[in-house]
Amino acid sequence: MSTLPPPMGLLAELTHRCPLQCPYCSNPLELKRASEELDTASWQRVFGEAARLGILQLHLSGGEPAARADLETLVASASAAGLYTNLITSGLMLDESRIRALAAAGLDHVQLSFQDVDATGADHVSGLKGSLARKLAFAGHVRDAGLALTVNAVVHRQNIARVPQIIALALALEAGRLEIAHVQYYGWAFANRDALLPARAEVDEATAIVTAAREQLKGRLVIDYVTPDWYGARPKPCMGGWGRQVMVVTPNGEVWPCHAASTIPGLIFDNVRAKPLAEIWQHNHAFNAFRGTQWMTEPCQGCEHAERDWGGCRCQALALTGNAAATDPVCELSPAHGALAEMARDAATASPPPFRYRRIGG
Amino acid sequence: MTGFALSPDHRPRLKRGVKLARDAARNTDILNAPERIVVLDEIAAEILKSCDGNNSIAMIAASLAAAHAEDEAVVCADVMELLSDLVAQGFVE
Repeated sequence: MSTLPPPMGLLAELTHRCPLQCPYCSNPLELKRASEELDTASWQRVFGEAARLGILQLHLSGGEPAARADLETLVASASAAGLYTNLITSGLMLDESRIRALAAAGLDHVQLSFQDVDATGADHVSGLKGSLARKLAFAGHVRDAGLALTVNAVVHRQNIARVPQIIALALALEAGRLEIAHVQYYGWAFANRDALLPARAEVDEATAIVTAAREQLKGRLVIDYVTPDWYGARPKPCMGGWGRQVMVVTPNGEVWPCHAASTIPGLIFDNVRAKPLAEIWQHNHAFNAFRGTQWMTEPCQGCEHAERDWGGCRCQALALTGNAAATDPVCELSPAHGALAEMARDAATASPPPFRYRRIGG
Repeated sequence: MTGFALSPDHRPRLKRGVKLARDAARNTDILNAPERIVVLDEIAAEILKSCDGNNSIAMIAASLAAAHAEDEAVVCADVMELLSDLVAQGFVE
């Protein structure tokens, strides 16, 4: 492992506290409380270790990262360490003076989430009244502070019809980038799949709209599009491959290869309170468990796509087959692919049940 | 290439959120951008360091040609090709 290349990105989940309760949240079902969070000095140390390890971009996320009163201090430290700092936010806990302070601290980019472009729809998904108007105001403050803005919209069966309006919103807010991401069905989203998964025809229509807009808006708006992989034939290279590009640090300091890694039984995680990031990257059990191709079983083992998609998503393989080392069932070569297609059909045709909202202790 | 037609008088600059940086661990220059990293060769890095909104493409090409004793017209065509590509990808405006 002496030639192991360093990671490119660090996802710092500063807190699980959040004013929103989106039913597709990527946080684990078991959320950490404020009393368990790393303190300011520990995060500052981690950012220094990350930069020295070769990490280039820091994604400050949560929960809502601005629920931390020390966010400005953390951004200043990360920026001083040489990291490109990206704030992933709901925009609901930052007023104009705080966003100016973040810009002054060296923040490079803001990614603002929108649950819908329709106020009622946004309230329904976020579980919070009046969120859309506040987000629109926040986007103006970001622009006025001279910061780059990405509009992020997660799409599902309850808002997919409004993809054209989502694109129009990104243009109206003068965003440089738009991320339209279909829900990925893990954790909270898996529990809510019958309320969220669109029909295949709806996905195809949205994809066609995005593809046309991307071409038409080239040079003006970058559009990244994350497809719902349950309708795919090839799995995504989840996290750019397990233990290849990204480290996730949880609010209490555990280091995971991906957001959902804790769902896989038997993995041993290290904590930044006890070990330096570089040592964890090289030697941690969980990072090495699915790194490379040695762990693969048939049909991944020896497959020509093995070093392109790295077998897809381990957490999805576990959730759908019971075996984390199985081929991701999204792959048409997986023996479980047919069962997944059936599950997708059932979910998309179910009459949508009420959301199970993301709540701490819920 | 589906690049953008640029004039030699255009004064290019990096878009908001796009930053030149030194990647010490991998010993290379890079462009950091939202959710993207571009590894730069030496010439691309030299060109982008001059993209400050004040220098025109013609000026950038002239100083590059002088520094490397190359033909200015040839260098200008190369600079335009690189920049039009980066404009199309949303890194430069």
